[in-house]
Amino acid sequence: MAEPQSPTAVRGGGLRNTIGGVLCAFALLLIGVLAFSIRLFSVIKYESVIHEFDPYFNYRVTQFLSKNVIYEFWNWFDDRTWYPLGRVIGGTVYPGLPLTAGTIWWFINSLNIPLSVETLCVFTAPIFSTNASWVTYLLTKELKGPGAGLMAATILAMVPSYISRSVAGSYDNEAVAIFALIFTFYLYVKTLNTGSLFYATLNALAYFYMVCSWGGYTFIINVIPMHVLLCIVTGCYSSRLYIAYAPLVVLGTLLAALVPVVGFNAVLTSEHFASFLVFIILHVVALIYYIKGLVTPRLFKVAMTFVITVGLCMLYLPKLRSTFMSRVHIINLHFKVRLMLVLAPAASILSGIALSEAFKFHCVSAAAERYSAPSIVVTSRSHEGFYTFDDFREAYAWLRHNTEVDDKVASWWDYGYQTAAMANRTVIVDNNTWNNTHIATVGIAMSSSEKAAWEIFNSLDVKYVLVVFGGFVGYPIGDDINKFPWMVRIGGGVFPHIKEADYLRDGNYRVDAHGTPTMLKCLMYKLSYYRFVETDGKGFDRVFTTHHWMVRIYKLKPQKNRVRGKLKPKLKSSSKTSSMRKVGGKKNPWQ
Amino acid sequence: MATPLPPLRRGTLLLLLAILVGVLASAARADLVISKAERRVDLTSYIVRVLASLKVENVGPDPVSQVLLAFPNIQAKNLAAIRAFGSEGKLKGQSIVLPIEVVQPSGAPPELTFFSALLPKPLEKGKTLHLDVLTVFTHSLQPFPEEITQAEAQLVVYQDSAHYLSPYPVKTQTLTIRLPGGRVESYTRQNAKLVDSELKYGPFQDLPPFSYSPVIVHFENNNPFAVAKEVVREIEISHWGNVQITEHYNIIHGGARLKGEFSRIDYQSRPYVRGVSSFRHLIARLPPRAHSIYYRDEIGNISTSHLWGDSKKTQLEIEPRFPLFGGWQTTFTIGYGLPLQDFVFTSDGKRFLNITFGSPMEEILIEKLIVKVVLPEGSKDIEASVPFPIKQWQEVIFQDDWSVVQVKYSHLDIVGRPVVVLEKPDVIPEHNLYFQVYYRFSNISLLREPMMLITGFFLLFVACIAYMRTDMSISKNSPSYLAKLQWDEVQATVQKIQGIFEQYLAVHDKLEGSLRDLSRTGDTQTCKAARKAADAQFKELSKELKPLLTSLQSSPQSYQIWPKVEDLIAKEREMQEKLMTRHSTVVDSFEKKLRGQDVENRIGQQQQKIAALRQEVESLLEYISEI
Repeated sequence: MAEPQSPTAVRGGGLRNTIGGVLCAFALLLIGVLAFSIRLFSVIKYESVIHEFDPYFNYRVTQFLSKNVIYEFWNWFDDRTWYPLGRVIGGTVYPGLPLTAGTIWWFINSLNIPLSVETLCVFTAPIFSTNASWVTYLLTKELKGPGAGLMAATILAMVPSYISRSVAGSYDNEAVAIFALIFTFYLYVKTLNTGSLFYATLNALAYFYMVCSWGGYTFIINVIPMHVLLCIVTGCYSSRLYIAYAPLVVLGTLLAALVPVVGFNAVLTSEHFASFLVFIILHVVALIYYIKGLVTPRLFKVAMTFVITVGLCMLYLPKLRSTFMSRVHIINLHFKVRLMLVLAPAASILSGIALSEAFKFHCVSAAAERYSAPSIVVTSRSHEGFYTFDDFREAYAWLRHNTEVDDKVASWWDYGYQTAAMANRTVIVDNNTWNNTHIATVGIAMSSSEKAAWEIFNSLDVKYVLVVFGGFVGYPIGDDINKFPWMVRIGGGVFPHIKEADYLRDGNYRVDAHGTPTMLKCLMYKLSYYRFVETDGKGFDRVFTTHHWMVRIYKLKPQKNRVRGKLKPKLKSSSKTSSMRKVGGKKNPWQ
Repeated sequence: MATPLPPLRRGTLLLLLAILVGVLASAARADLVISKAERRVDLTSYIVRVLASLKVENVGPDPVSQVLLAFPNIQAKNLAAIRAFGSEGKLKGQSIVLPIEVVQPSGAPPELTFFSALLPKPLEKGKTLHLDVLTVFTHSLQPFPEEITQAEAQLVVYQDSAHYLSPYPVKTQTLTIRLPGGRVESYTRQNAKLVDSELKYGPFQDLPPFSYSPVIVHFENNNPFAVAKEVVREIEISHWGNVQITEHYNIIHGGARLKGEFSRIDYQSRPYVRGVSSFRHLIARLPPRAHSIYYRDEIGNISTSHLWGDSKKTQLEIEPRFPLFGGWQTTFTIGYGLPLQDFVFTSDGKRFLNITFGSPMEEILIEKLIVKVVLPEGSKDIEASVPFPIKQWQEVIFQDDWSVVQVKYSHLDIVGRPVVVLEKPDVIPEHNLYFQVYYRFSNISLLREPMMLITGFFLLFVACIAYMRTDMSISKNSPSYLAKLQWDEVQATVQKIQGIFEQYLAVHDKLEGSLRDLSRTGDTQTCKAARKAADAQFKELSKELKPLLTSLQSSPQSYQIWPKVEDLIAKEREMQEKLMTRHSTVVDSFEKKLRGQDVENRIGQQQQKIAALRQEVESLLEYISEI
């Protein structure tokens, strides 16, 4: 790796420093190019498209921002999702990513450079990876020196766990949050080293940006107090530590409370308590040091004893104790995966020496092979080369152009964001999963018989039902039949008349001839296999199936006119089918 | 067997007939007689093309300079293009294109629309004129039934007159209708003959003017009814060598709507039976040397397309994301670049773009075509010429103020690029003619954007330099500012000290050199002189060093460096001493003519110490320079 100081540099500090600086800047530029280009495999191998599920939501939010002003965004009530409940987008998203991309888009467009919002969203993650590697350089330089800084920046630019979340098209919160995270740490260290209030303020602003961007900000607000505590315990307290920490907590918490999605959580929830506790401890320590400077050692000892006694008394007041002790913060399981990601920069900084050709090769191949698939386009490798399954977009395009703009589309929640963004149709549930009952309602519809399902969907004003079916091509990621156990469990969790046991034969979900009658009669089974192997649909018209059968769209049959004479025989014939349907038909199972 | 027509249509036909009978009473327009009329109607695609070959004779006394062509209004409103070619004489000779305009002859019934083909020279008495009239109609094939299932074939109805509707008497005439093959559900049987897929009416003899005899054909037509609701075609000229074309399509299957379900299994197992009325690809014929071709829609690239190219054309076969059944629609965008020199030329100091008007898609009907020509920034004197008989078309907005100039902002534009917008409804492949946009543009304007970039970066760097060189601090006596000043001073002093030490080391090297010379030449005198000079230099240097050291010591910022510098000076002193003693020892022993071995012994230890010292001094210097 390039050393900041060139070996050819002549003696004589000035020239040597200049050359070193220029080389260092050049190396940083190259690292930036590396960080950017290693994330472009997805664009080169597939296309410039937004990946997976959540990024589609972020893309939709960014589109909204690009068309509306910021105040409309804060007040945005989205009625095209979670029908008929809707969702308050402005108050439930971390606005950092869409605001960042929206601002960049606005800036570029004001320079008259025509760039679509989609393109910008695709390339936001690589751009911020570049920024993140530069900030890593700054951080490590602050800790160890420029050489180590360059090394750490290089490693961060190509560490696979970071690449996995920031390839081009992966337009998710982590894309900007990792940059914000490292930048906050850098400013914290910088403040520690300089003791400047200027940097302390910047630090609070960087923390604010982090809070805007990602829920992982709690990592910062726990790690920094831990460090402060460690410093105090090891006797490294100085005024610089105080300057680095106290403004961060005060300003940072105030700023964090401004983000609608955090709001009063910034002072009310347990994740933030550690920082307040350390804040108090820090002040006590600062007071002690202050008193120590004022009085003679003997008097100091007396004062200390007094303070400690009072402190202990305060601590053992029952009320205080209960608030403190009952809210011991434990990082939950969900946090673990995210922790791996936030630890990645730390690990990369630590492993500043462990760079080898094998590592490089591994990173590049991982970036190219494993993390670049956009997942909306599925490819399979055959002896003739790549074969593309573009069925998802086929189905979304069909929905977009051949259904009414206000039609509601029901599907399992995985496809909610994509349907809203790509098909531009109202969905019943989406990946936000904020309302379990609503999801359970869709789950129960999928696991009920057709007639009951029709009732449920009709009551939700659903016009189309979308199912993903992998039986034809062996879709590797998992189709709706694969997810069906979850529909039954979630549905059954809220509406107890759905029992998982009814769907299990010998403890397995089976969809072949040995499947249970309940299983073979449920809507999901019917919709997946209708006219794949011959079955017939009641209540649902199949209107579209994609080229590889991966997505099938059904339309609910319109409600029948009430004709007196015809009503009775209908009821009679339908009573032959399962008893389940009766339940569904007579009283609403979701009420 | 009679085809059940939609009631409204039948009504209008009857009404029309009644009026025509009335018209018959009035006299013919002129003394022209059509001695022979052959009409061929091509119904193989969605767009109906009628070619009428007429033999016109002037039987009157006066020369005639125009031939009237009549169409009932219901046909005329679907008329997309009309062209007439005429040649005089008994035999068919060289035919020339005749200009055509809409006329409203006096006494003509309002239910008819008249066109007039203007003859280049009047037709003399008794002379014959061969006239070929090509008319193209859209929306003339009505799907009937209007909704079909996936498996059904698409049936359409076509209505026309078996007699050629003309203001002149027609002596003999025939009508041939070419059908696409396949089933013919029904047709008007009167005087009709169906051979294979050709339906013939006539011949009819000696019919008076304005004869009309409705015929209806109900037949199977499964050709793609590709209708573009709107196409926006943007042609952007860059004088850096590219003409970029972007076309946005909104395509619908204009035939009978799909009723009921779409079954993929049927479609895949027997696509030509189950799904016969649908279409899945469109073919675009792009100009040769088209490059950077893309095909996408609002949710990304569409991977189902094929491209062939040779020196004459580039053929792009695109497949929409899903097959289009009746009533289904989709949108997509294709874009491609073309070499500038193939399409932009200069004449009389003006530049002009010469490119086809319509879309490159084969057999597509565009209900509304918007062509935008984006000229480079700074273009002036813009005018466009479009080769359509514009005057006759009320719907065409480009009559007098046919072009609307907009402005488009693209890469780094300041005043924006002028855009010529041309709009035309019902565009068919026959409209794929060349049109021109003339403009003035100077090559200097080309350099504007690079110059702007260069200036921008230049200013950025200048600003950086200025920022680095100027003192931006607000308060000149704040402690941090003073500290910074002091630190700068310390650094300057340290640099000077370093310089002096470099000189010290150089003197050391010189001394060493003199010793080497001594061992070669044996000249002790020069060696002694060298020592003396070195001694003097040492003294001079230490004199120089003294004020620097005092200033460094007095500075409060030097607490970090000072011990190192002190250390350095001590080491240097020691080294000087060692060097001198060694030098004198060597010279002494040389004078005493001692053996080399003894000399080595005497100075060996010193040698080692000096080397160690020198290393220490150098490392100290390096350390200081890094601070």
